[in-house]
Amino acid sequence: MSLDLGLPALERAAPRLMRTEPLLNMRDISKSYGNVRALRHVDAAVYPGEVMGIVGESGSGKSTLLRMMNLEDTPDSGDYTLRLPGRENENLFDLTRYERRMLCARNIGIVYQNPHLGLLMKHSSSGNVAERLLIAGERSFEVLRDKAREALDASEFPLDRMDARPIELSGGMQQRVQLAKAIALEPALLLLDEPTTGLDVSVQALVLDTLKRLQRDRRITMVLVSHDLGVIRTMADRVMVMRHGEVVEQGLADQVFQDPQHPYTQQLVHAKL
Amino acid sequence: MTTTPLLRVQGLTKTFRMYHLDSMLHAFEDISFDLYQGEFLLLRGHNGAGKSTLLRTIWRSYLPVAGQVLYASSHGEIDLANAADVDIALLRREEIGFVTQFLNARPRVAAQDIVAEPLRLAGATQAEALDQARHWLDQFGVRPELWRAYPSTFSGGEQQKVNLARALILPQKLLLLDEPTASLDVGARAALVRRLADLKAHGVAIIGVFHHPGDVAELIDREINLNTRVIADQSAEEEHVAV
Amino acid sequence: MSLASLTKDWAATSYGFLDASAKRELRRKMLKAIAVPGCQMPYASREVPMARGWGTGGLQVTLTLVNSASVVKVIDQGADDGVNAASIRRFISRVSGASETWDTLDATIVQSRHRIPEEIMREDQVLVLQVPNPEPLRGVEPNISIARQMHADADYGKLWLTLYEQIVRKGRIMQGASYPAMVNGRHVMTPSPIPRWDVPKLNMAQHLTFLSAGREKRLHAVPPYTRVEPLVFSDRPYQVEDHADLTCRRSGVRGFFMNELPQDGGGSVFEVSDSNLGIKAIDKTEGSAIEIGETWYRNGEYSA
Repeated sequence: MSLDLGLPALERAAPRLMRTEPLLNMRDISKSYGNVRALRHVDAAVYPGEVMGIVGESGSGKSTLLRMMNLEDTPDSGDYTLRLPGRENENLFDLTRYERRMLCARNIGIVYQNPHLGLLMKHSSSGNVAERLLIAGERSFEVLRDKAREALDASEFPLDRMDARPIELSGGMQQRVQLAKAIALEPALLLLDEPTTGLDVSVQALVLDTLKRLQRDRRITMVLVSHDLGVIRTMADRVMVMRHGEVVEQGLADQVFQDPQHPYTQQLVHAKL
Repeated sequence: MTTTPLLRVQGLTKTFRMYHLDSMLHAFEDISFDLYQGEFLLLRGHNGAGKSTLLRTIWRSYLPVAGQVLYASSHGEIDLANAADVDIALLRREEIGFVTQFLNARPRVAAQDIVAEPLRLAGATQAEALDQARHWLDQFGVRPELWRAYPSTFSGGEQQKVNLARALILPQKLLLLDEPTASLDVGARAALVRRLADLKAHGVAIIGVFHHPGDVAELIDREINLNTRVIADQSAEEEHVAV
Repeated sequence: MSLASLTKDWAATSYGFLDASAKRELRRKMLKAIAVPGCQMPYASREVPMARGWGTGGLQVTLTLVNSASVVKVIDQGADDGVNAASIRRFISRVSGASETWDTLDATIVQSRHRIPEEIMREDQVLVLQVPNPEPLRGVEPNISIARQMHADADYGKLWLTLYEQIVRKGRIMQGASYPAMVNGRHVMTPSPIPRWDVPKLNMAQHLTFLSAGREKRLHAVPPYTRVEPLVFSDRPYQVEDHADLTCRRSGVRGFFMNELPQDGGGSVFEVSDSNLGIKAIDKTEGSAIEIGETWYRNGEYSA
């Protein structure tokens, strides 16, 4: 579909004021699963300290893109850099599986919609957090305990239940355990895949509130994927709108919501608000 | 006052294209003006003339379809109409303020913390920031017993006072005001005018939309009347241009 | 040159029971296992005249190593005179012509179920452990393919997590036998169900150890002078069983791993688990010229 928008292009070529480089930079990502083109020439840049929201309906490719950011999958083409000390110019998709796993464990936290993906349901909650630290090489039981407690506390998880198994906890509490696990190593990047979908509205608000506090206090860079525009609107500084594996629009959150440029975004905004 | 303008708006045009109606809505066309440090510019016009739209276009909530908004930031000159999102985000944090009628109250954040936040982000210590925050809450007439409460439970008028205290606590270079006096009581309105005069004296350039411009009459340097724009009359606005 | 001089006479079984190709496969896998200490090598696991799960893995390795000059010791839980140990030992000597012994010092091959002898083994000796479950990750990852990937990635977070969980739930590490240990700083192995008491004996040992699981068709090895470090938290030291102060009621030896024999009255008496050590101690006190070798533990303290 060719649209004559007569408007500033998605990627503005204007000279930049800030010298800040993106923390996350993905260029020209394409991925097909059989005949399905999940991602088509997607570019994404996320700057330090911001919350990037990715919206789109099921099958738009937003979760696929997030999985790529977490190095769980590799694209057919395109590259991915994170500005981590000593790795600035490394295409992370070229790393071996082992290197990817270590890099993710140390630098990227993720919260999945489905807690079964992110948690070991029959181990203690604190143990789930500790596992992340164990992968990174922490070998002191007391330090593991302290750091797990600290991360759970920051996620506003009730500490008297820190050794309860996630399977015994409510959905909102399970998400807090996932969050604690994700932030335990103070990652450079926190990925959130529909973190509040499926929770009661009141619980959802509390989890989002915790996320906002974390973001404010720790300036964690976040990428938030959701089909819920309300969630994106509360959380995101900038927004990418995806459809059929393509980014149709991106901009500052208030701009995308108040003055959507693409017909699909307009439809989305008007339908949901 | 320096000789180079802080803001040079040239040929700014905003049109909304509404795909679901298959139509275009012209908000304003070919707006040009210069704004200097310490100047207070009033936007006039009847409802729907595009006053708020112009403010939001400068703020970049709206993307203009033509024209430039050249802004002399402390990092260098930049066209707000065409700048990268991150630059806009930076300028919003450091140099440009936008005050609306509505407070973005967040759950479980105390009034004084909401007000102190811009100072905290700008590097002030917690104690300094809180001190300043309490001062401005007091100035706008928020009772001390409410300072530690959560504004999400406040009345509209009290929320607006918190909102103003937050928006005006940190002197910026450019301030955009969208009917800030709506729902304010007399005392708070007077405090607002005092604060604006103070900011203006310190060189802050202000563009404002006021329901009762009389409130700020002594501050106004210049006016732009959007009614006089060719395109901005009612008939043109309701004309749906086929696309 | 005639055909008869180039071939052997027909025989009912091959030398050492296993046929040449089976032994060749096992030798290759054993060499690979030595080359990558602690890494599990799959092998075909032939039929031997014994049920799977009764030491067929150890037996196949021993049959591959054995020759007519070998001296074989077989122990079951430390004892040479168990039915299973005796049967295996006699089978090995019958098919290979190797000699049999109960004395650790005399043996060239020690095949064992669940124990490592108390006397220090030498460079010229091989220890063959019978292993029921060679996979340390089985408890945390039932899918073998994924477990292999985890080994390849040295992804042992979940294994560590089970130890963390034991401390959280019970206040201490409950793992008794099969305590997981890192071999050569790379692969975690489960050292067959030997007690915690025996794991330090594998660290930087002079002898070569094979651990072979016939039912699971996998073997791994600890070459001589290789680090074997039990997984422990830095602030929760590794502890062996509390047997340092126990005395064997029959031989009077003290400071070795003991078998506990519960008594009718509710108490217990103890016998040294390495039964031939006890026998030698008794013989010595009765005046025989018996040599008891250096032991890994002295006065109940690990000291090798």
